[in-house]
Formats: sequence, C-alpha cells, structure tokens
Amino acid sequence: MSSHDSPIREPLITGNKSYHDITVDLVSPTERPPSPAWIVGIIISITLFAFGAFCIAWTIWNGIGTWNLNRTIGWGWDITNFVWWIGIGHAGTLISAILLLFRQKWRTGVNRAAEAMTIFAVMCAALFPGIHVGRAWVVFYFFPYPNTRGPLWPNFNSPLLWDLFAISTYFTVSLLFWYTGLVPDFATVRDRAKGIRRKIYNILSFGWTGSAKHWQRWEALCLVLAGIATPLVLSVHTIVSFDFATSIIPGWHTTIFPPYFVAGAIFSGFAMVLTLMIITRKLFNLQDYITIAHIESMNKVILVTGTIVGVAYLTELFIAWYSGYVYEQFAFFNRAAGPYWWSYFGMMFCNVISPWIFWVRKYRRSVAITFFVSIVINIGMWFERFVIIATTLARDYLPSSWSYYSPTWVEMGIFAGTIGLFFTLYLLFARVAPVVAIAEVKSILKSSGDQYAGPNAHKHSHSDHSHTAAPTMSSQYTEVSNDLSTASGMAAGTTTSAATSSSKIQSTVGADDLKKIEGIGPKISEILMNGGINTFAQLADTNPDVIKEMLVAAGSRYQAHDPGTWPEQAALARDGKWDELEDLQDRLDGGKYV
Amino acid sequence: MADNKNIIYGLYNDEVDLLKAVKEANGDHLEIMDVYTPFPVHGLDPLLGLAESRLHIAGFVYGTIGFLTAFLGMSWIFTKDWPIIFGGKPHWAVPAFIPITFELTVLFASIGMVVTFYIINGLGPGVVNPTIDLRITDDKFCIAFDKSEVDSSKVESFLKRSGASEIHSKTI
Repeated sequence: MSSHDSPIREPLITGNKSYHDITVDLVSPTERPPSPAWIVGIIISITLFAFGAFCIAWTIWNGIGTWNLNRTIGWGWDITNFVWWIGIGHAGTLISAILLLFRQKWRTGVNRAAEAMTIFAVMCAALFPGIHVGRAWVVFYFFPYPNTRGPLWPNFNSPLLWDLFAISTYFTVSLLFWYTGLVPDFATVRDRAKGIRRKIYNILSFGWTGSAKHWQRWEALCLVLAGIATPLVLSVHTIVSFDFATSIIPGWHTTIFPPYFVAGAIFSGFAMVLTLMIITRKLFNLQDYITIAHIESMNKVILVTGTIVGVAYLTELFIAWYSGYVYEQFAFFNRAAGPYWWSYFGMMFCNVISPWIFWVRKYRRSVAITFFVSIVINIGMWFERFVIIATTLARDYLPSSWSYYSPTWVEMGIFAGTIGLFFTLYLLFARVAPVVAIAEVKSILKSSGDQYAGPNAHKHSHSDHSHTAAPTMSSQYTEVSNDLSTASGMAAGTTTSAATSSSKIQSTVGADDLKKIEGIGPKISEILMNGGINTFAQLADTNPDVIKEMLVAAGSRYQAHDPGTWPEQAALARDGKWDELEDLQDRLDGGKYV
Repeated sequence: MADNKNIIYGLYNDEVDLLKAVKEANGDHLEIMDVYTPFPVHGLDPLLGLAESRLHIAGFVYGTIGFLTAFLGMSWIFTKDWPIIFGGKPHWAVPAFIPITFELTVLFASIGMVVTFYIINGLGPGVVNPTIDLRITDDKFCIAFDKSEVDSSKVESFLKRSGASEIHSKTI
C-alpha cells in the first residue's frame, strides 16, 4: 500500500478500516431503521418545536406586547437568542473553511455535522429579528428591491441592514459549501441503495460519477469557497457586534467588540459542536471516526478562544475604569454588582473559569468531562449575550425609566422552540445524509488511519481488507509473538538481509523489548534487531544518525521516523530507571520532544 | 454521453496501484477515456494531462460583478436616486458601504462558482449519468477505455499486467 506511516501523528481513524469499511460504517445509519434513542429524540424535539411555533403564532397574532419588552428595554431574550444562535453557527464554517486552509486533517471527521449545525443554527437565529420587527408579514421591506413607494430604499448605512446582508450571505454560502461536499457522498449512498431510495439519492447526488475531472474541479471549488468563506465567517460576527458597537449606549460602543464577538462565536460554536458530536458518535457508533483526538483538538480551540473571551471581559472592565467616563464605569459596575449580578457571574464562571479544566490533558481527552463542560459553555455564552443586552438596557441614562426585565412565557417558549427546531433538523439530517464526510475521510485514511499513523502504525497487517479487529490504542508492549511471525517478511531491504529468519529469532532471545522505547514499534524493532541492535545497552550507544541510516535503508516508509531520543530513552531503560523513562516519555510525543 | 459507448474498464483496489497503472498506460500510449475514483486522488491530474481548473478565475469575475453591483448600486441610490441625510453624514458614505459590498462580493462569487461547477460538469438535480460500476463510489478505482479508440486486446493485457483486480466490458 502506501508509504505515509508515522508513529508520531495521532491516528484520526481507528479500527484498522478499509475504504469499504468506511463506506459501510458511515452510510449504514441512513439505511437502518431508526434507533429508539433517535425516535425519542425526535419526538421531544418536535414537541418543543411545536410549542415554539405556537408561541410565534401567538406573538404575531397578539403583537410584540406579549413579550416583556418596553420603551427602554427594546431588546431582551429575542436578540440574546439571535446572537447566541448566530455565534453557534460560526464553528461549522470555521471548521470547514479555515481548517481546510490550514490543512488540519481532523476537520474531516466533524466538518459535515458542524456545517449542518451552522445552517440550522443560522435558521434559528434568523427567526428572531424576523418576528421581533413586529409586523413579520412585511419583513421583506428590508430587502432593496425596486418598489412602487418611490422606490424607497433601506438605509444602507445601518448596521442592522449590514447584518441582514451578512446573515443571508453566510447562510447561502454555508449551504452551498455543505451541499457541494454532500454530493459525492449522496452518490455513495445512491450506489448502495435500491428502488425508490436509489432514485431519490440520484436526484440528491446530481448524477455524480466520480470522474477525475469532476474531482479536480470539486477540490478547486471547495478550496476557493473555503478561501472566501474564511473572511466571511469573520465578517458575520463582526457585523453582529456592530449592531451594538455603532450605538451610543455605554457598555456597547466599544472598539473591542468585533474581535471579542468573533472569538466568543467560535468558542460557543465549538462547544455546541462538541455537544452534538459526542451525542452523534454515541448514537451512530462513530467512535472510530470522531476520535478522542478530534475531541482533544476541539478542546484546545475552546481553551484558546475561551481565554481570548476572558481577556476581552477583563479588558472591557479595565477600559471602563481607565476611560474616566462615568456612564461607562456605571454600566460595568452595574453588570457585576447590579440586579443581574447572577448572569454576570454565571458568564464569568462558565466562559472563563470552566474551560481552564482543559489545561489538563487527561480532562481534555475525557468524553464525559468534555460533554459536561461543553454544555456549561453553551449556557455561559447565552449569559454573555444576556449580560450585554439586558443589563445594559435595564439601566439607561434616565433613572426614572429603570426597570427589571424578565421574559414572559411566550419569549421562553420561542427560545425552547428554536432548540426544538435545531434538534429536529439535525436528527433528520443525521438520518438522511452521512454525518461524516465519506470521501474526505477516505482521502485521509492513508495518512491518518491507525494502521498508518500512531503508536500501532505497523502492527496491523498491511494486506488489504484483513480485519482482525485489532485493539487500537492498547498497549504496544505485548506484541512480541506477533513480531516474530512477521520477521521473515521484513528481512529484505534491511542492512543484514543475509541473516536467515531462524537466526533472527535466535538473536531475539535474550534481547530487550525495544518497543518500550517511545517511537519504536514492532517493525522498527525488527529493523534494529536485524541491524544488530538487540539490547537497550546497544541502542543507547548508537548514534541517532546511524539509526536513521538503518531506517532509510529499510524502506521509504520509515524515513519519517526520528530516532533522536531513542538512545537517551534506551540509556534509562538499560540502567533500569523505568520511572525516569516514563517521565521522559510523558514529555515526548511520538518519541520526539514537542 | 448520449450515444452508447462500448467501454472496457479495470478496477484497482488502491490509489497507489491506480497511479502506477495510469503511468504505465501513458507509457504504452493507450488513450484513457476517464478515471473514476471514490475520492480525489492527488497526483492524478498531471498524469491524465488535465489542465488546472479555471474555476477560481470564474470566481474572481463573479466576485467583481458582485462588488460593482453593491458599490455602484448603493452609490447611485444614495447620491442620485433618493438622497437622504442620515445624521448629517455625507450622502456618499464610502466606509459605511464596505460591509454590504464585501458580503455581496462573496455572495456573487460563491453562487456563480457553484452554479458554474455544476453546469460545466453536466451535473444537476435529475441528471442520470450511466453507472460504470457501483463500487466506484465505495472502494474501487477505475480506469475506463473507449473501445472505439483503443485496441481492446492491448488494453486487456495492460490491465492484467498493471494489477487490476477486475476487468469488465460494458456498453454505457
């Protein structure tokens, strides 16, 4: 097969999958009858959505007076929810566009679901301004179309109109990007289907054939879409923040808002992706495709963006104090110590403190902790928007109009309804389309499958389609008997290829288990033994350059290995300093200093 | 592909075998009709002599159209068609036009490119293309030859030699 083996990189596809396994694993959720968990989920979601739809109808029928908004508090839960949903919608395009440009391979496991999440979140978000305007039936007045009223145009200088353009564009581009990625995968589903399903999926797949020219254009298209979606995703939340920052309300008109909102959006988006992916991988048994490595990568993004958000909170406080502007100072004092102190501290705890648990690698890689923290962050980011909107408006310039805002059942019902809508759409999507991008996962198999990457890279048999259900991330130290059986196969190409296989087996008796050195797998241990390095002592005395030459001589697939630390590790093993070796290996990643 | 074509094709199990086979076919001067793969195989395009896609140029053109539409449109509306004073600011408020100009540039470029992509590939809702082999979208890599353009027996021996796991003939 190919030659991308690496013991350094953490595998992104586990379970020794072949291309066919990937197809079966990822298409079968759309072919099986729905699981009980899915049915329960969709019933709850549709119920919530139905209640939300009722509350929307109630609002439109009776008017905005059914909400607890008043002259001073013009924005409440509606705009809080709008910003919250838009923020959540940012992770999908970030994962598919920015991570594509950065060539982050782990995006392939989660991009499809994250993009779907983006589209559904933007739909939920767009609902709020639509009904908040009051007369929802004339909401099309926002669009600049030639009309008989003059023609009268909308105000292009208004951030609210910019927002309309930003969100419509974002929705459209995300949808196009997502669907273009889905087309080849729908073809895969089509070619396994029969009868009416085959007809439906042929329509959905646009008649995709897999021709080389089509793939070439497909890749070009995805790359350019990613290139223009990257500034787009940054622009959308920037413009959302302009809704606030271009006003003259203390606490809103700050120049830090655009970067602060973008970081917060990515932060909350990744939290929602994690919540969804952890449910999805469990519901559809996708642990081999959405691995702990994916979860850890996303937790790192959460840690970084959460910390940026924390810095932004503190910067705001500092600038309010430093500005010497009493209204600004009061706005921030009121947030932390006013009637809404609970939301401020909820925001601080959920968004700034809670992600710091991810400094610890063990917690970053724990599914249960990640799931819990992701929900805490979702709540925290909702608090953030509530703090910005409600606390600010409830204490304006005129103390006589101060009041305390709390939502009515209608406002709460609409929010619950959007959560229902979101999960209804997501669960339907997960039944109809492959939730993991099949073609893209196949294209990284040779570089990120666990038979090619990671500590067990060489353990799996390389003969095609032999599925031994090998334990994937288990101990690498217990495979001695396996190695001997493959010894003869490795003789060619090593430095002492003249040795017969029987003499090699002899020579390994009384030898040390070199695989205890991080970075050495069974096959490399073979190469070293064939080269006359049988013990830790011998390895400790060998120059890394010599080892490197042996690896290069053994074939191109071993060229990527870096034996730099092996003698150092071997010296500790030779002296029996196992604790120190373990310490050292904790610091190493794939046998290299990081 | 309206006319029926007689094709002969070989299926390979791995993209490395496929690339090697395409190289050999080039060496043997066998004219390949098309190659079908389950995912984009890198390194295939130069071997097949496919020119780089010009889709991004189209994208640039569409983006420019979007840019001009938005910027000129807003400028015309606010200076000529219906000038309104907002807070004493100038009618031609260029900085305030930037967000919408940017969004429409992106919107036009994306929609234009995606529509172009489907039109030039002949793909779209309701299009039914002949299926060469159902496993091409699964795990098989296919090299197809048009029998009217190549010598079938030569192709067959080539496919065998280059390690194709299966060889079939078909009318599509």
